Amino acid sequence: MSNLTYTRSDFQSDQEVRWCPGCGDYTILATVQGFMTQMGVPRENIVVVSGIGCAARFPYYMNTYGFHTIHGRAPTIATGLATSRPDLSVWVVTGDGDALSIGGNHLIHALRRNVNIKILLFNNQIYGLTKGQYSPTSEVGKRTKSTPFGSIDFPFNPVSLAIGSEASFVARTLDMDRNHTQYVLGEAVNHTGSAFVEIYQNCNVFNDKAFIALTGRAERTVNRINLEEGKPVVFGGSGESCVVMEDGEARIKPTSSVSPDRILVHDPRRENPSVAFSISRLAHTPHGPTPLGIFRNISRPTYGREMQQQIVDAQNRGPADLDALFSSAGTWEVT
Amino acid sequence: MTSPAAHAETGVSEPSTNGNITPLRQVTVRFAGDSGDGMQLAGNRFADTSAAFGNDLFTLPSFPAEIRAPAGTLPGVSSFQIQIADWDISTSGDRPDCMVAMNPAALRTNIADLRQGGTLIVNSEAFDERGLAKAGYEDSPLMDGSLNQYDLIEIPMNTITKEAVADKVSGRSVLRSRNFVALGFLAWLFQRPLEPILAWTENKFAKAPMVVAANVAALRAGYNFGITTETSRSIFQVKPASLPPGAYTSITGNTALAWGLIAASYCAKLPLYYGSYPITPASDILHELARHKRLGVRTFQAEDEIAAVGAAIGAAFGGNLAVTGSSGPGIALKSEAISLAFTAELPLVVVNVQRAGPSTGMPTKPEQTDLLFSLFGRHGESPLPVLACATPSDVVETTIEAARIALKYMTPVILLSDNHIANGSEPWRIPDTADLPDISVPFASAPNGAGGRFLPYLRDFNTFSRPWAIPGTKGLEHRIGGLEKENISGDISYNPDNHQLMTDSRAWKVANIANDIPALEVHGELDANLLVLGWGSSKGTMGAACRNLNREGYKVAYAHLRYLNPLPANLGDVLQSYKKVLIPELNTGQLRYVIRANFLKDAFGLNKVTGTPFYIGEIRDRILEVLES
Repeated sequence: MSNLTYTRSDFQSDQEVRWCPGCGDYTILATVQGFMTQMGVPRENIVVVSGIGCAARFPYYMNTYGFHTIHGRAPTIATGLATSRPDLSVWVVTGDGDALSIGGNHLIHALRRNVNIKILLFNNQIYGLTKGQYSPTSEVGKRTKSTPFGSIDFPFNPVSLAIGSEASFVARTLDMDRNHTQYVLGEAVNHTGSAFVEIYQNCNVFNDKAFIALTGRAERTVNRINLEEGKPVVFGGSGESCVVMEDGEARIKPTSSVSPDRILVHDPRRENPSVAFSISRLAHTPHGPTPLGIFRNISRPTYGREMQQQIVDAQNRGPADLDALFSSAGTWEVT
Repeated sequence: MTSPAAHAETGVSEPSTNGNITPLRQVTVRFAGDSGDGMQLAGNRFADTSAAFGNDLFTLPSFPAEIRAPAGTLPGVSSFQIQIADWDISTSGDRPDCMVAMNPAALRTNIADLRQGGTLIVNSEAFDERGLAKAGYEDSPLMDGSLNQYDLIEIPMNTITKEAVADKVSGRSVLRSRNFVALGFLAWLFQRPLEPILAWTENKFAKAPMVVAANVAALRAGYNFGITTETSRSIFQVKPASLPPGAYTSITGNTALAWGLIAASYCAKLPLYYGSYPITPASDILHELARHKRLGVRTFQAEDEIAAVGAAIGAAFGGNLAVTGSSGPGIALKSEAISLAFTAELPLVVVNVQRAGPSTGMPTKPEQTDLLFSLFGRHGESPLPVLACATPSDVVETTIEAARIALKYMTPVILLSDNHIANGSEPWRIPDTADLPDISVPFASAPNGAGGRFLPYLRDFNTFSRPWAIPGTKGLEHRIGGLEKENISGDISYNPDNHQLMTDSRAWKVANIANDIPALEVHGELDANLLVLGWGSSKGTMGAACRNLNREGYKVAYAHLRYLNPLPANLGDVLQSYKKVLIPELNTGQLRYVIRANFLKDAFGLNKVTGTPFYIGEIRDRILEVLES
């Protein structure tokens, strides 16, 4: 596989990309295509599966195998594919409505089972394709066409949900930050099992600047909490803020107010998900200091491999054939 | 009215007494008791020993949906009916000739079915004040003369069991072997060999030798009770049947469906992937398939019905023989995904083991009420091939045929079974695997378009099927999906003419399968005025009723549909050649609706939805009524 030499155009299909001009999806598409040139997997072994929504058009623009399915169900189809074909690199591209609303059940179960699929959740906190209703990640009070008096739905925190669903790999990144996205994708691919990657994605038509706290030149400096394995969690222009564990929860403190040994050292490999979950609670919606990076990255058997192993084990115990099956419940001869 | 024929296909044949042995051509026996009484076990063992003896047989269990309804109550009654015969029968019999009632509740819920003069065996010790009260009897029916029309045999089963197992088990386990006492007595009454029952018991309870000992002792005690106490009684003899030669095994419809899928995967040279979510009465297919990992079977118990079909669709995209199975309510949940598989044009077998509906309905009772749902229960224009199994012994072949059509035509296929077939059993002649059909289809391996382009919707000239290119194949990278596809290229298309063309192409592809299936065969009196037309599990009863009437000189023809869509190409001609058509179905007239809509041919109906299969007598009466109309 090392002799694979791809350029980005090898991953571009001949289809015209039809997202709105200025959509964050363009950046993510370019990043993923660029990333896959370096991934070391033959193009024909990559499958991108999607559900419904703006993000779900993604497979049509990728010159890999692709399947644009139905609303919310991409994880199920990817599960069938990945568990029956462990040789493939299976990706799910989904959105906040697709993954967290209509498809919520499938997302949590795919993560729980640790099916070897890479789930990219483009979170723009709005319904785009249906033209602007609030989504399960929209903030309370959001005024949209379907909530003219403001949304009364309490939103999901997708990272918290994934950690609570026993996900073995959970990360968050930003459409605008290509390097960070590439880094997260690399770790996701190196991880054996399901990888959940939330990508904050700007919808410039229906929810513009939803992530301004993390993308604005001035704001991002104070709000981006970069999680790096083995490093103390400090942030702000000169590291003036830090995260500590206190009374069982992660809290933001002025760095000057705590002794250095109290600052949380980030460890995504911790088996117990409690600290990762606490970190995800630092920001319920990305309107202030918000953690980005890899929250959780643990090793656990994958569903597909275990399924395969049971077959191998059974077959190692002896041969089987159809004749034996048909006779297995006892037979009698009629002459 | 002609007199009943000597060889009528019901249990109602008049025995001729020959000393102490009464020879019968067929007999129907029902075991009824509390759902904790082990009636299914007793019935199945009676079936096994009868099969080993060489009888043809057909069984039908009936049990409550509750795992353990309160003991001794009417809703808690479970039963198992079996017909055994010395010839090739096709039903589990109408009215039992012989019935076992383990308690008053079982008697009360079943006695109306026992034929006049039939043999009734009761556990007399269950008819105490408490038992009678639970069943709503004020006086004991054993005392009040209400059972005088039957040949009543009272057996103190509690005492016999206690004495037999005294030194083997203790406490509450003692009475658990009561069903073996009843079974032993029936084995005596019908001269069944005990060896198959003993062998099964030793194998089943191998880890609990005392349970084996207790059950064996109880079995023998029941048998000996017959020998010692009922010496003056005539015993029954049903000789072995003359079936086509070969190796036979006893098979239920659900087991047969699982085996049929494994056989189909062998015939298709593809791994089998079964996505399912537990639901009565389809779960046993999942259970059976999950055992056969050695044959490479992948089973996936999904989080819900939608995920089950979704996983199967993913497996189909990946090049597996993909199957999802459920019952009506579950199929309803899968509907959207089935339409996706239809328009993406992926092979998929969708198994629907029908049960009484709508909604939760009566999950353990049979019905044929999902025919129209199978034909039409999807959004958009999405016609699917629909096949229906007829009897447990027909299921393997029908399942392989469903897979053949799915693979050859790149389409989901609906395969119908029902509760009657699923849990009923009959002998199945094991085929020579070398005689099984080759249903394999090649995967696309090279570009089929100009300039090395792969065109996923370039159709085969003959089948109108599209190429199946699976991930991992270099150079054939392509995208499919639920959006309308441009003809040939598969690119997204909103072109009006293209949508018309693709809709027509998909419909034509399915309709054209009519040229690839056998013509409908008509049996009986071909020059009759009346054609009886059926589908699914009513085949046996319908055929038996018609054959009986033919023997009595009535001119009746009959035919049974395995293919519900597309219908056999000659069906229109067949229908037009009969003045009258009668369609018996366990629904309110669904096939009749289809026949009228497709052929403008009116038909009489025989319809019921009582949660029970047809009786031969019901169909017979309706045929006579229609003949006279």
